[in-house]
Amino acid sequence: MAKMNYRKRLIDFDKRTVESPDGETFEVNPMQDYYCDAKPKVHPPSKIAPLETFYNWCRAESIFILGFGTGCGAIEMRPLMGPMYDASRFGVFWRPTPRQSTVFFIGGYASVKTLKRIVRSYEQMQGPKWVFAVCSCTINGGMYFDSYNTINRLDHYIPVDVYVTGCMPRPEAILDGIDTLKKRIKEGRGEGANKYAKNFEWYKANQKKIIKDWDMPDYNW
Amino acid sequence: METVLKNVRDRYNVLHETHTHGVFITVSPNDVIGLLAYLKNVEGFTHLVLLTAVDWIEENQFQLTWLVNNPVLKQEMGIRAFIERSVWPEESVMDSAHHLWPAAKTYQRELHEMFGIDFPDSPEVNEPLILEYWDQLPPYRRDFDTKKYSEETYFPREGRYTRDPKTHMEAKLYAREGKKQ
Ligand code: SF4
Repeated sequence: MAKMNYRKRLIDFDKRTVESPDGETFEVNPMQDYYCDAKPKVHPPSKIAPLETFYNWCRAESIFILGFGTGCGAIEMRPLMGPMYDASRFGVFWRPTPRQSTVFFIGGYASVKTLKRIVRSYEQMQGPKWVFAVCSCTINGGMYFDSYNTINRLDHYIPVDVYVTGCMPRPEAILDGIDTLKKRIKEGRGEGANKYAKNFEWYKANQKKIIKDWDMPDYNW
Repeated sequence: METVLKNVRDRYNVLHETHTHGVFITVSPNDVIGLLAYLKNVEGFTHLVLLTAVDWIEENQFQLTWLVNNPVLKQEMGIRAFIERSVWPEESVMDSAHHLWPAAKTYQRELHEMFGIDFPDSPEVNEPLILEYWDQLPPYRRDFDTKKYSEETYFPREGRYTRDPKTHMEAKLYAREGKKQ
């Protein structure tokens, strides 16, 4: 009998009213995706200047990198994690999910297929967030500049705060880039997410120009 | 290997044979699937290493190559066939080998996407594999201008320049000796 119920549940896509563990009742439509589709908002800095400086110091000193390797340059993240270069000395850690990270580390060329995932992950990250792009490929296409399938400039699709050139950059260069990012954040210049919110239409138009099978919501988090 | 080749020659019309870098035999496209089945079931070439294509645009042909391997005798053999190169958006057609090796379907999907070679009845052959919903000339065809496409599509950053490697390295390495020739 229990099995029957289970099977019935599986094919039951009708709207229904359910009761939460707290006793609330609400309506659920299984055929609808639930996400917040509000557009990103510009977050103004705090009105009290010293407080904002303090916030920025906190943000800069707790960098959580999303471990999403998009291209060959992502291999340079591994020595940084290990004891050789040990980025955790500088307060840099890696997180497995966009929801927990503050810095998106783009490790090199992004194909159109990957870019779709990059955009999704970037939008799922909670603010304040920054993008850290290593490798020549993210800057001007690098050695894949004439490829039919890899983008040339990452900053046309998501806002980039710091670029590190090289094919691929050494871990020391990446550490230096992280230092630059920290400095920028402390000076209040890490405004990538606000730039994205401000120029949202432009970014979306660029993204939609190359991602042909746009089957995701315009903004989701 | 000689006996295998002799058996093949007896049964099929071998158009061309080369032994320089491994054994490659060319047969007509209609014979290919039969020959592959024969090699797999009778001669022990049970492993399909790869299936790939070359675009001979000047001859208006696609060359298809199946590499098969005999894991017991450690032998490898390439089967080639030339099919007509269609004019896009029409697709060239070749018989599918997925009933011999299920893994062939992935290669066939790739060839369908990258070269526009159709393999009717191959599972999922019409689904995108790497490119998601590519809507123009398949990119591995040689008349596809990848640089032009990239420049039109991906917002190239100005300031990129190219040096001729020969003259650049000459100037760099022999700067003091003056210009050579
Ligand atoms: S710049 Fe070099 S190492 Fe980096 S992604 Fe491009 S090709 Fe790979």
